[in-house]
Amino acid sequence: MAAHLSSGRVNLTALREAGRRELREFLDKCAGSKAIVWDEYLTGPFGLIAQYSLLKEHEVEKMFTLKPGRLPQADVRNIIFFVRPRLELMDIITDNVRREDRGRSPQRDFHILFVPRRSLLCEQWLKEQGVLGSFIHREQYSLDLIPFDGDLLSMESESAFKECYLESDQTSLYHAAKGLMTLQALYGTIPQIFGKGECARHVANMMIRMKREFPGSQNSIFPVFDTLLLLDRNVDLLTPLATQLTYEGLIDEIYGIQNTYVKLPPEKFAPKKQGEGGKDLPTEPKKLQLNSAEELYAEIRDKNFNAVGSVLSKKAKIISAAFEERHHAKTVGEIKQFVSQLPHMQAARSSLANHTSIAELIKDITTSEDFFDNLTVEQEFMSGIDTDKVNNYIEDCIAQKHSLIKILRLVCLQSVCNNGLKQKVLDHYKREILQTYGYEHILTLNNLEKAGLLKLQTGGRNNYPTIRKTLRLWMDDVNEQNPNDISYVYSGYAPLSVRLAQLLARPGWRSIEEVLKMLPGPHFEERQQLPTGLQKKQPEIIQRNFPRSRGLGLLSQRTQAAASGSRSVLCYGWWLGRQSRPC
Amino acid sequence: MKVPLQPQPFSGSDLQAPVPMAPYRIRLYRDEDYDAVRSLFARGIIEHAPAIYRHMLRSTRVQLGLLALFTAVRAVAGSWLLALAAVALALAATWPMMRSFSTSYVQEALITDLCDIDSSYMRAPDSCFWVAEADGAVVGMVAVAPPQDPAQRGEALELKRMSVSKDHRGRERRPRGRSRLRGRPVPTAALLKNHGRKEKSPSARPLLEIYSASGLLLASVPWKSGQLVQLGWTASEDLLCIQEDGTVLIYNLFCEFKRHFSMGNEVLQNHVLEAKVFHTEYGTGVAILTGAHRFSLTTNIDDLKLRRMPEVPGLQKPPSCWAVLTQDRVTIVLLAVGQDLYLLDNTSCSVVTPPGMSPSAGAYLQMAVSFNYRCLALFTDTGYIWMGLATLKDKLCEFNSAIRSAPKQMVWCTRPRSRQRAVVLAWDRQLMVAGNSTECIRFVLDEDSYLVPEPDGVRILSRTSHEFLHEIPEASQEIFKIASMAPGALLLEAQKEYEKESQKADEYLREIKDQKLLPEAVSQCIEAAGYEHEPETQKSLLRAASFGKCFIDKFPPESFVRMCQDLRVLNSIRDYQIGIPLTFTQYKRLTVEVLLDRLVLRRLYPLAIRICEYLRLPEIQGVSRILAHWACYKVQQKDKSDEEVAYAINQKLGDTPGISYSEIAARAYDCGRTELAIKLLEYEPRSGEQVPLLLKMKRSKLALSKAIESGDTDLVYTVVLHLKNELNRGTFFMTLQNQPVALSLYRQFCKHQERETLKDLYNQDDNHQELGNFHVHSSYSEKRIEGRVGALQNAVDEYYKAKNEFAAKATEDQIKLLRLQRHLQEDFDKPYLDLSLHNTVSTLIQDGHHKKAEQLYREFKIPDKRYWWLKISALATRGDWEEMEKFSKSKKSPIGYLPFVEIAVKHHNRYEAKKYAPRVTPEQRVKAFILVGDLEQAADAAIEHKNETEMNLVLSKCSATTDGAVVEKLNRARAQLLKK
Repeated sequence: MAAHLSSGRVNLTALREAGRRELREFLDKCAGSKAIVWDEYLTGPFGLIAQYSLLKEHEVEKMFTLKPGRLPQADVRNIIFFVRPRLELMDIITDNVRREDRGRSPQRDFHILFVPRRSLLCEQWLKEQGVLGSFIHREQYSLDLIPFDGDLLSMESESAFKECYLESDQTSLYHAAKGLMTLQALYGTIPQIFGKGECARHVANMMIRMKREFPGSQNSIFPVFDTLLLLDRNVDLLTPLATQLTYEGLIDEIYGIQNTYVKLPPEKFAPKKQGEGGKDLPTEPKKLQLNSAEELYAEIRDKNFNAVGSVLSKKAKIISAAFEERHHAKTVGEIKQFVSQLPHMQAARSSLANHTSIAELIKDITTSEDFFDNLTVEQEFMSGIDTDKVNNYIEDCIAQKHSLIKILRLVCLQSVCNNGLKQKVLDHYKREILQTYGYEHILTLNNLEKAGLLKLQTGGRNNYPTIRKTLRLWMDDVNEQNPNDISYVYSGYAPLSVRLAQLLARPGWRSIEEVLKMLPGPHFEERQQLPTGLQKKQPEIIQRNFPRSRGLGLLSQRTQAAASGSRSVLCYGWWLGRQSRPC
Repeated sequence: MKVPLQPQPFSGSDLQAPVPMAPYRIRLYRDEDYDAVRSLFARGIIEHAPAIYRHMLRSTRVQLGLLALFTAVRAVAGSWLLALAAVALALAATWPMMRSFSTSYVQEALITDLCDIDSSYMRAPDSCFWVAEADGAVVGMVAVAPPQDPAQRGEALELKRMSVSKDHRGRERRPRGRSRLRGRPVPTAALLKNHGRKEKSPSARPLLEIYSASGLLLASVPWKSGQLVQLGWTASEDLLCIQEDGTVLIYNLFCEFKRHFSMGNEVLQNHVLEAKVFHTEYGTGVAILTGAHRFSLTTNIDDLKLRRMPEVPGLQKPPSCWAVLTQDRVTIVLLAVGQDLYLLDNTSCSVVTPPGMSPSAGAYLQMAVSFNYRCLALFTDTGYIWMGLATLKDKLCEFNSAIRSAPKQMVWCTRPRSRQRAVVLAWDRQLMVAGNSTECIRFVLDEDSYLVPEPDGVRILSRTSHEFLHEIPEASQEIFKIASMAPGALLLEAQKEYEKESQKADEYLREIKDQKLLPEAVSQCIEAAGYEHEPETQKSLLRAASFGKCFIDKFPPESFVRMCQDLRVLNSIRDYQIGIPLTFTQYKRLTVEVLLDRLVLRRLYPLAIRICEYLRLPEIQGVSRILAHWACYKVQQKDKSDEEVAYAINQKLGDTPGISYSEIAARAYDCGRTELAIKLLEYEPRSGEQVPLLLKMKRSKLALSKAIESGDTDLVYTVVLHLKNELNRGTFFMTLQNQPVALSLYRQFCKHQERETLKDLYNQDDNHQELGNFHVHSSYSEKRIEGRVGALQNAVDEYYKAKNEFAAKATEDQIKLLRLQRHLQEDFDKPYLDLSLHNTVSTLIQDGHHKKAEQLYREFKIPDKRYWWLKISALATRGDWEEMEKFSKSKKSPIGYLPFVEIAVKHHNRYEAKKYAPRVTPEQRVKAFILVGDLEQAADAAIEHKNETEMNLVLSKCSATTDGAVVEKLNRARAQLLKK
């Protein structure tokens, strides 16, 4: 079930287990049958920690979605609210509790589980509404860093970027710091912290502070992580704007991966049966979980899409050859051996069939002219061509009313690659957008400007080319089949944050002081004192590639690299969602 | 052999260390002692033989074990042999032995063995004789010899037994029951620690005095309140003073008044006749008997819930005796009126008869409940004692004391898990131990005494002494029983012989080893050491254990080490200056944690810390906790300045893990020392702890900056909302102004909860850009078009003020569009409102209002290119191909003609598409022809361009069957191209 978590260099199962244990302990506190009322936002992240079966083992019989009004009928002893600490949700809970029929017997007990943190504010709010006393247990469930895959942790916090940059609400930073403390409690104190950006600085400060708050909790676990790298999202706004070109990246671009699940159009997955072919096509979208537990997916997820086809056909040959073997099986022993492998082979076959279908779906899109044109423009911008003028393709797209997200992505990409747009160009784009998509988007544009995704060029100097050259962000000779550089993930563009991580490992950031100064926010280095006896004599330096594997989530440290290192660098940053959501 | 005079201070040497010399000496008998010994013997045994059963300590300041036996004023009188028997055989176990002692026996002794002590004891095997000497005079003696009874031969004789308590003065009371300290129901056997006493002082004003168990006055205070009925201790060592009017005053150990509560209004008139303090798993309870002969009780004085028990029918006079019982977690009252027993529970009163009660027993005079509420004893006016289970379901035994007057006190004296059960009865000058035997043990009381039952024995307190009467534990019996051959006894002997370098050591050891009982012997010695009060005896037993251990492979050392540690702790707290004479059993039941709490309550911080350090308790449970208590006490010292106290506390505490400065600060605040509290909070590293207290102390602004420092936004929110209610709006805004983090969080709050405040906030900052946005946002919630225009107009003004010309212009355009849309809506009776400009124009064209569309195109300065795109796609949607063709010819298309082709193809109109294909620019023509499906023309165009890529593109579209000619043509052209 959680095999994919232990496949990486760091066994993340421990983190998941810690999460599950905490959940079980809470559920056991509320004796008797239970119903859970879910803040819908939380169901996805929780799914990564515990399946329904776990809840069921602890007498959870019903699950509802949190909404105003009367709670649905359920013959249970306990009603547990799983909510984020938000006032608007507290109002709904208040409503739920007030409408509860007091006269009914037996009485139902109410409990609240705050995720990820218990909030004084919310409790006060409930108190003012006069319902705080109705809750027997009010606890917190610190779901900060959720183990996502063998090499990936995520906070699954979609709106973190918006909250930090648009609303200056640094709650998510606090949670990040808390999560990192939990991580350190399980995997040892991380001796070195590097960072770049205001938010990163803030997180590091909070971590140091939290450590001081609990001086007795000095843990004596040998550190699993050598280095922690904190990066602000706004240090590298370019990467999430460009179209991802790895297999997984494209699935996300086109269908969107939510909490490791993707929903796909069902037609391609219809079971092929002779006789009734095509009669009743499934109408429900096909839901697939994508993680490294699936052998084939683990192999192809981070390949450039152009390299996926050959892998799939090779796999197909191997599998069919394996099935062919049964004809050669003569002795009973051979047949037995064949049969014993059958389940594995069948799983491999169905996995292959799924991915072939997905690849076909994607190919339909990547071969379209529009996809090609879009990519061409993106790559022009990233390699620094004509970034200072109004772009024809963008204009045409607006005129044809392509999706607003696509337009905004391109415009923002141009702005980032040009270190802001000239007044005339900016105003032209803005007017075109307002006239085509409606004047309400004046607020959208305003938000983009506030977040720095769109900006006016001031000072007249574009330092993007310098950054690009120093950090080698654009590589002309990309080998998509057998990559030797991270730039393969965008077929030319090497993600800035990955370059920062690479340069940090070797030769160190001192060599790129100039460029670091051009990027927003301070850069810093902190060392955390380790308890004596746990210091490592000579830190191994490792070279590691960090492809950007998905549009949403944290920086992944998927390995291309280096057989040398045995320890891991933990990278941490905010990846903004597929697009900053307007308003 | 030297006997330590001074109790070993905790900080002193370890168990093996030399101890100071004492003025008392015990030495071997010498011939010149002969006369002294004989007279001592004769005098003692005849007068007060039974008194020897008690271990008496008379000297207030000196812990004397064995010696006290000899020097005790009148107890000395004991016969040596009697003493031996009494001491060596457990009290409870040896009642039958009592018969054999008589005066005749004394006389016999004087003419037999005491005639020739030297040969009887000093030279005889297994025998010895010692005397105790003080100031050169013989004040005591003791002998060992093999027992007369052949059955007991072979058992070693030793004078040892007596778990000795400290002495003390005065009467004492102690809490009994289960302590609930720190939420854990620990049956406390806590030794009595204190003594609450009320006496008339010469000044006529009574004094309330509290003494330690060793008789040290802890505190005293003049009693100013009303008439007292009863004193009692709570499980957390507070003194309960129950007054006649039903008020219960609570004092701490230092006579400091804590609080009071009342046992109900009813008692105000009726008065309290009697009261009892009892301990259950719920805590400390109080039961009263009122003047109206009604019972009221509360099971937990900390969570006061008064229960009035039902009336006893026909009760005209107070019951002769009563007791509080607890059964199945229900507290009930058992009372006796004459010959009847009544059981009062919450709802009813029932008459009960104990099973096996002699019919001629008579009226009940006294009753006693055992420490654990399991056993009950009843005393009747015929001197009959019934002992049974408290459930009244089973009788254990009965005894006839032949004393008809009611005992002053009757208490149980048992040991946990022992099968021997006995009650101790006290009359004015007499003490009787009665149990499952036809015989009893009698002692003479020298002065007024008071009995305190404990889980493993009974404390006997008088004005001058504090004694402990208990059944001797099995391990001790085994080892010290006369002529005991138990492995432990042999081992002890072996060790002694070993020290004497005698080969007997080997013999004894061999004897144990042959039976393979060495491990048992060692554990017996270890266990017995625990029951000893005298360090010297403890040491000798532990030495024996240590000696025996050497001959065992891999004997687990924990029990030995543990015992050494426990004994050191026990010896240190038994010091008279500390005065907590716990027995080992009690200590184990109490646990170290509770013991530490008790030390803390007595403000014995250094000792508590030393114990923590010695036992290596984790800092958070041990040292930190004690330091925190110390600090809490420190802040109450009003005579020191805030700075001084804060500094002193920080000096001592530093950042010891687990110290909560906020708790200390809270205490300081409770004492009214706000400034000190704030100073202390400065040392608190956890903001989460600082903030709520600061809010409570009304230091909201400080709280705000602390909350921001912590980074915990929830904390910031909490303070901000607190401030909002506390301050007036203007000051509130000003406060926020200086705290951008708080301000932006408050903005978020307003966005969701009170949007109007948001406007005020922006207004205050002159943030016109945001104000503009605000108005735009609110324009969407306006229903009427005028309202929307109004809001937008406000936005325009604000945008101008913000010098955001673009936004202002755009919003003006929006107003213009809105007005236009309203007209269009009226003119064409179709919804136009809220369409974007693009959609408005597009809809107009689709509906054929080309003029209007033109007008908008010009008014809003739509760029040509976009207008063309817009128009052709609208026309195509409408299917107006004629108009499209006309439009295409109106002037040269700014977007070229490929879009025309594409759009027609998109609408599946190849025919129309073909019209435009030739007009497409040469570069795009191939694409256009492919789109319309005219491969031949596409091929021609490609060949014309001599462009290989284009040729390949066309080729890829061709199918071999239908387009053979085209393929051939293309291949040829390609070949030609390649040749060049």
